[in-house]
Amino acid sequence: MYSEKVMDHFTNPRNMGEIENPSGVGTVGNAKCGDIMRIYFDIDENQVIQDVKFKTFGCGAAVATSSMATELVKGKTIYEALQVTNKAVMEALDGLPPVKVHCSLLAEEAIHAALWDYCEKNDIKIEGLTKPKNDISEEEEEEEY
Amino acid sequence: MEEKRFIYLDHAATTPAREEVVEAMLPYFTKEFGNPSSVYTFSQKNKAVITGCRETIANSLNCKSNEIYFTAGGTESDNWALKATAKAYATKGKHIITTKIEHHAILHTAKELEGDGFEITYLDVDENGIVKLEQLKEAIRPDTILISVMFANNEIGSIQPIKEIGVIAKENGIIFHTDAVQAYGQVPIDVDEYNIDMLSASGHKLNGPKGIGFLYIRTGLKLRSFVHGGAQERSRRAGTENVPGIVGLAKAVEIAFATMKERTDAEIVMRDYVIDRVLSEVPYARLNGHRTKRLPNNVNISFQFIEGESLLIMLDMAGICASSGSACTSGSLDPSHVLLAIGLPHEIAHGSLRLTVGDENTMEEMDYVVGHIKEIVQRLRDMSPLYEDFMKKNK
Repeated sequence: MYSEKVMDHFTNPRNMGEIENPSGVGTVGNAKCGDIMRIYFDIDENQVIQDVKFKTFGCGAAVATSSMATELVKGKTIYEALQVTNKAVMEALDGLPPVKVHCSLLAEEAIHAALWDYCEKNDIKIEGLTKPKNDISEEEEEEEY
Repeated sequence: MEEKRFIYLDHAATTPAREEVVEAMLPYFTKEFGNPSSVYTFSQKNKAVITGCRETIANSLNCKSNEIYFTAGGTESDNWALKATAKAYATKGKHIITTKIEHHAILHTAKELEGDGFEITYLDVDENGIVKLEQLKEAIRPDTILISVMFANNEIGSIQPIKEIGVIAKENGIIFHTDAVQAYGQVPIDVDEYNIDMLSASGHKLNGPKGIGFLYIRTGLKLRSFVHGGAQERSRRAGTENVPGIVGLAKAVEIAFATMKERTDAEIVMRDYVIDRVLSEVPYARLNGHRTKRLPNNVNISFQFIEGESLLIMLDMAGICASSGSACTSGSLDPSHVLLAIGLPHEIAHGSLRLTVGDENTMEEMDYVVGHIKEIVQRLRDMSPLYEDFMKKNK
């Protein structure tokens, strides 16, 4: 069902954990659908992501996409990190089963949510970066699929 | 490195066919291949063989052999029971009562009938997954033609009050069907004592072959054919008989009923051992289904803060085959309808694990499995933002 890369990132997730006093943190997804991802950033004064950690509640693909997403943004500037798409995450994992594509979207959203948090704290405006819509800290909305 | 283990704990999904079953079947593929409908002696022998198999099965349910109709399995039997009853009794009424925890073979057939103008009442279950008899009584209307309640649930193992439901059905002159795919061969069933009018069963759940099952239909019910064609199965289910399958099924039934007490006693010991150890050694875990009114082989436990598919993959890597009610394993975004029906919130339903033991399992395997469950649950919780939030809140 899963590629070798997905299994590798699921069983040996990279950057799993949390960062104390992170520069930015974002949580997306909801428990109702069975996927929640949280990404922490440690971003330096040059806006470079020095460290990144994640925690994920979800299936094998959710864990693997989180792990891969953190690998792809580590060491990048916040602007470069914003360019990391769900497609890039999927490609880096040698693909995902069709029913699991939403996991990669969630990974992209988690990066954006953590970047939004950082930007908001530091009063930075980036075009195209909007407030995350399904952060679990907000009121849970009924979503239609 | 530890030798790779293989521990199969998904007997509710399917079971291995017994050696004796396969041996009994083999001659009917090659030497004894005759079509039972043919006139010559060679084929007529097979007709007699089928009659013998039908008797074996009839004895297991305390019914007559001409009340057993072979099908391709539990799903076909369920489809037949519902659709044929609906068609035959539509002039009497168009109301059917079933439950929210039925197998999809019943639920999706019921949905289909709704499209044909039938009204279906889906009964709730209590927190243990047991149908509420008062609600059943209240649901009965003058136009109710059928009550279909599963004997025991496939996911959480809860055994329904079939005898009481049978009485209620009989008192009200309503046909009573039960999907006994999980219960048949696990618990004694007497169709007269329980007032069961129709019963679905499947071969591969009791160490028989796949692709064979049967529907018991009480004499007097005017059900029509569901599969049209030849005159097989008293013209009620056309198609050349699956002779090897029927022989294998009967052999499996014979062994399952001869060994039932001893086999299920051993299963109960393993079941209870796993339940007791997991609940006492893993925090934030809950048993789904009734503690005692449950199938001898069924363990279903929800672990808070983790998701079932991750758990299954990690168990698989340890050589353990199990199943879950999480959305990711159902191919949809919703977790199991059964777990939702017993009132579990979505996030807890996502973290469920079903282990169903069989007679080839051992206590040593149970220790191995519990050890791995503990380790894997902790590992996934360490990854879980829900667990992180919970622990911070409760510091």
